[in-house]
Amino acid sequence: MIYEVFRRERNGQAFEHAGSVVAPDMEFAEVWAREQYGRRGESVALWLVPRDAIHDVEDWADEFDLKYRRVDGYSIKARLKEARERAAQPRKVLTHFPRDGEG
Amino acid sequence: MRDEQAFLEYVQGGGQVETADWMPDDYRAKLVKFIEMHGNSELMGVLPEREWILRAPTLQRKLALTAKVQDEVGHAQLIYRVVEDLGKPRERCLADLVDGKAKFHNVFHYPTKTWGDVGVIAWLVDAAAIISQKALLKCSYAPYARIMKKICWEESFHILHGRDVILAMVTGTPEQFELVQEALDRWWGPLMQFHGNPIPKDEDPMYLWRIKSQGNEEARQQFLEGYVPQIWELGLTVPNPKLRRGDDGTWEYSEPDWDELKYVVTGHGPKTDERLAFRRRFLDQEQWVRDAVLAA
Repeated sequence: MIYEVFRRERNGQAFEHAGSVVAPDMEFAEVWAREQYGRRGESVALWLVPRDAIHDVEDWADEFDLKYRRVDGYSIKARLKEARERAAQPRKVLTHFPRDGEG
Repeated sequence: MRDEQAFLEYVQGGGQVETADWMPDDYRAKLVKFIEMHGNSELMGVLPEREWILRAPTLQRKLALTAKVQDEVGHAQLIYRVVEDLGKPRERCLADLVDGKAKFHNVFHYPTKTWGDVGVIAWLVDAAAIISQKALLKCSYAPYARIMKKICWEESFHILHGRDVILAMVTGTPEQFELVQEALDRWWGPLMQFHGNPIPKDEDPMYLWRIKSQGNEEARQQFLEGYVPQIWELGLTVPNPKLRRGDDGTWEYSEPDWDELKYVVTGHGPKTDERLAFRRRFLDQEQWVRDAVLAA
């Protein structure tokens, strides 16, 4: 059985995939993993996961074009330029809120 | 991506490949061949040093050498795991190794005659190896590149250990100094052959697939640039009268013996048979351990 090994290098850090060991059961897997990934104090914790237990997600269809969720969904360059140019112009002050038909 | 040409362009552009990704058969075969030889070298590489564990001059040296041997065997385990995920089981790698069907690095086919050899191996052979291994951090096959981080980290201890052994001897008695010089004289040839013949990198299939990220001669130049000055500063002589650093920073040296390299790595080194017989004996002798563990 193949066990994937994840290690945490320091407290507060995320676990990172380190490699894998082959072992008949979790007890042996722990022994191998301790030797391979912890004997110089290079890890404060390990996670051992049977490879079969990992559910792999690699398919990232973006059928609905969800760009508004992302940074690249917002192109502000042209608008910012325009806003700055307008700000440099004298501004027309409104004395009252324009009604229908008023300029 | 199921097209060999597109794949080639992808890896040549710095793209990396994971185990489950599609890859051309030739790429997979080259990966297995290259990585398996690396694993074999780690496993066979402990034998010359193992011979000195019982003869180490102090307890501290004995412990350090034992730890180094454990590290190298650990590297072999990590590397064989990568080969297994590419489709060749470890049992078959080991069987091919002891049957003489697979290669391992030239330097592990030679004898270790004195404690001076242990120092030269740990310092200079490991230095040459770490240059190749650091270049593999950029390997197009990502799982291999990732384990190289741990391997390079551990090799850095080995180089320090080797340098410490050498420094203790060159600052010791004249006899100790001579042991180092004599070992260096014997190891220089194999060290110069270590990175392989100076085939242009664009003709090297391992480079084309970006399994390796540098050419053989580049690696050798890096070794010479990094380590010849360190050898000279200790008062040691490099047994190559033509060795000099050219004005453009390129090292010149007399042609390494490529026939010897080919002869040695195809199984004809002075210690090849003895060390393979040792591995074969232990593989048989410890079959019961594998049986018991796998039955657990």
